[in-house]
Amino acid sequence: MTMVYADRGDETASQVPVRRIKFTVNGEKKIAEVEPRLLLAHLIRQGLRLTGTHTGCDTTNCGACTVLVDGQAVKSCTMLAVQADGHEIQTVEGLATASELHPLQEGFREEHGLQCGFCTPGMMLAAKALLDRNPDPTEEEVRWALSGNLCRCTGYQNIVKSVLWAAEKLRAQAPVQ
Amino acid sequence: MSQAVDEIKIGGIGASRKRVEDNRFIRGKGNYTDDIVLPGMLHMEILRSPLAHARIKSIDASKAWDLPGVHLVLTGEMMATRNLAWMPTLSYDTQAVLATDKVRFQGQEVACVIADDPYIAKDACEAIVVDYEPLPVIVNPAQAVAEGAPVIRDDKENQPDNVIYNWEVGDRDGSDRAFASADLVSKLELHYPRSHPSPIECCGSIADFNRATSKLTVYMTTQAPHIIRAAVAMVAELPEHMIRIISPDIGGGFGNKVPVYPGYVCSILASILLERPVKWIEDKSGNLISTGFARDVYLKGEMALRRDGKILAVRMHTDADHGAFFSDAQPSKFKIGLMHSAFAAYDIPVAHLTARGTYSNKAPGGVAYRCSFRVTEAMFFQERMMQAAAADLGMDQAAFRRMNFVPDEAFPHRTPFGFLTDSGQYAKCLDVGLKAIDYQNFRKQQDEARSRGRLLGLGISTMTEPLGAGNSREYDILGIKMFDSAELKVHMTGKAIVRTGARTQGQGHETTWAQIVAHELGIPAEDVVVEEGDTDTAPFGMGTYASRSTPVAGAAVAMVSRKIRAKARKLAAHLLEVSEEDIEWELGRFYVRSAPDRGVTIQECAVAAYANMPDGMEPGLDATAYYDPPNLTWPFAVYIVTVEVDPATGVWDVLNMVAVDDCGVRINPMIVEGQIMGGLTEAYAMSNMQFITFDADGNCVGANYMDYLLPTAWETPGFELHSEVVTPCPHHPIGAKGIGECAAVGGPAAFVNAVLDAISGTGVRNIDMPLLPDRVWEAITYRRDVSGAPPVRSDD
Repeated sequence: MTMVYADRGDETASQVPVRRIKFTVNGEKKIAEVEPRLLLAHLIRQGLRLTGTHTGCDTTNCGACTVLVDGQAVKSCTMLAVQADGHEIQTVEGLATASELHPLQEGFREEHGLQCGFCTPGMMLAAKALLDRNPDPTEEEVRWALSGNLCRCTGYQNIVKSVLWAAEKLRAQAPVQ
Repeated sequence: MSQAVDEIKIGGIGASRKRVEDNRFIRGKGNYTDDIVLPGMLHMEILRSPLAHARIKSIDASKAWDLPGVHLVLTGEMMATRNLAWMPTLSYDTQAVLATDKVRFQGQEVACVIADDPYIAKDACEAIVVDYEPLPVIVNPAQAVAEGAPVIRDDKENQPDNVIYNWEVGDRDGSDRAFASADLVSKLELHYPRSHPSPIECCGSIADFNRATSKLTVYMTTQAPHIIRAAVAMVAELPEHMIRIISPDIGGGFGNKVPVYPGYVCSILASILLERPVKWIEDKSGNLISTGFARDVYLKGEMALRRDGKILAVRMHTDADHGAFFSDAQPSKFKIGLMHSAFAAYDIPVAHLTARGTYSNKAPGGVAYRCSFRVTEAMFFQERMMQAAAADLGMDQAAFRRMNFVPDEAFPHRTPFGFLTDSGQYAKCLDVGLKAIDYQNFRKQQDEARSRGRLLGLGISTMTEPLGAGNSREYDILGIKMFDSAELKVHMTGKAIVRTGARTQGQGHETTWAQIVAHELGIPAEDVVVEEGDTDTAPFGMGTYASRSTPVAGAAVAMVSRKIRAKARKLAAHLLEVSEEDIEWELGRFYVRSAPDRGVTIQECAVAAYANMPDGMEPGLDATAYYDPPNLTWPFAVYIVTVEVDPATGVWDVLNMVAVDDCGVRINPMIVEGQIMGGLTEAYAMSNMQFITFDADGNCVGANYMDYLLPTAWETPGFELHSEVVTPCPHHPIGAKGIGECAAVGGPAAFVNAVLDAISGTGVRNIDMPLLPDRVWEAITYRRDVSGAPPVRSDD
């Protein structure tokens, strides 16, 4: 990210180390210059202006900032932006196509799986990582897969239903083997 | 020929309409405070006190000022020169914005840095050197009133000790007489632990002062934008019309986002001084350690009983630990909120409550965390006392409650503390719950299991909660009466916009307010857009908390729709060329009484309001309604839980949970059930794991999500909801009662009662929440009550 500093004549600003990274976000190739300490969550939110990735706790507990890195669910507040160099990131903004919602997005709306909406993007991406590796999970498997993501509004019951709804739709859509 | 519309098809009342707001949230296109970026925006971070009680000897911020990218460092001393070092609270006390003389709790705001980005601001906070002289620390009411206790609020004149108030309500003499004549007196003492609402989104603000227009715009995480506007006008001494508060999407509130916090004030002052937008986004520790906590109340309860189980009287004394500043958000008339709503569901002739509030070296707050002003404590105390009393009498838990319920035919009912409850079918709700949990059969299973060394338990909790403050005669906050408002504009094509003084935070107002309009006017809900949270456009209202949105703002939506209908009727008469008296209404349509086929739709009336109004009629079709409720609404619920306790570890698991909620008419059943499940989960959290405590030095235990445990999808049990009991509120325009908080209010006692029922053989009367495995194990092993009051014990 470009930084502009007050010029106090001490050349401090020029000493701020910057690293150049290349990565893919939602299918688009990007180059960024970042401070080594910049968190991936902040690169996504401030650098890329993809504000659907929320930050809730800064301590890797709440999961609101969950994104997919090479298909794995990762809490982006616990990863440095420089660690994304060469990797593929998917955020909530990459779930839907121009014309169609992802079944998880539909499922959350159909089953009332969200209230304030703050945890929702992270929940959906954690769920996507599950369904990508296990298309037919049990309720228990869904609950376990989402246990790194906190929700204060819903009590989870409808979130679990939403994921199972999406799983069913995805299975129905999948080409018959 | 026009026809009446089908209410469910147009998304009216009773339709489980999918939520409108979801369309942006599922795409990651919500607009929360932290998502907003303004040109030239700077970032603010707060330096907090590491100590709970200490005198500030000096603050050296020179190294912070020297860091490149730092624009401003604010300290208490600088705030004081602008008369902003202290601010008024919602309970007629004062609260430090930035500490000047002392720090009074761990996490208190000491200084702020405004810089180019939050990383630099954080660096600069670490470069500030504060020299503290530690002072003795108080973490509970007993310490606060002990002889020789340090006076925490030595900043206040006429404050020689740590007592904030002594308050009482009810009939002392009558209660004493009833106790003298009782066959049996049941006593219970316990502590409702300090908790925190902890929405996933923390608090934050972006203050944007424009020197050219003199206008201050503040985007902030607030549940009550209009109250904030009044408070900012008062604190910052700015004219109210030059202040615009915008509450964007809110990532959960639960009461945490009602008060004014120092961070908001500092960001506003910084923007005024720097003439640039200043963003402050709190981190999780800052949120948990400094913003509005809830509960932290000690009970001494006594119940006078007749041998047959009739309750003759109740006496309660509560000791509330308010932290360093008395900043409860509550109706001004009541010092301990609506604690005296306790026992409103039971027919008790006389009762008396005394309450004392004290300061401590803990964060201020006392917010209504998913409840209506201390009602959570009231209902918890009530249902824990009911369980203890039934046990003391040797009576069945369900039979004891049923015997003492206010009967259906007794409404309106005056409670012993003076509330007027309006309606309910309490015994019916209990019957539904007992049937669902298979009560008699479970009792048999329980006996059988116990003979094999397994501990099963069943807990019952009931609650009736006073929701929807005001009326304005009795309820105000700092003199502002607790009414609410709605504005409805019907456009020429029959589409409409509703604005209210409430502010949704997940409750789904954008969906349900449109359903009320659909119900009243027959305009399809999808043709009605809902907007809230901008004080420049929304009518004045007191905001969303204490389950007051549907009881008050929702009522205003119904009333403003009726105003529109009244004008539309005149337009219909004009269009149909008959007199107004000859017009009848059915949903979506006026027709001629004598010729029902001759009619006009509400949409045709809307066109006429702009294109074909009668001579002399004011054009347009819009109106505003202010709704001052005649009374609170009183939803009722029964929650029943069954558990199994492992005697070897103290771990307990929920077997089943049944919830029977009677909240009157349900506008959107899907949303109502979502609210109930959310509340039940918070109830489970409080009973099982979620609490904030302190060590003897005032260090906060629970300052992050490693220590402050919230249940995940893995722990949270499933819930069985019952909606078959519906008692419409007799004074609400659409018969609705509040529902957002009932389960969080009534739920905790069900879990605790279940665990205590499981270990009833031990003679243990109480284990303080949360019922952590070590506490339950201690109770079983040593057959003793377990206190959870701070300071934490050395073996914890």
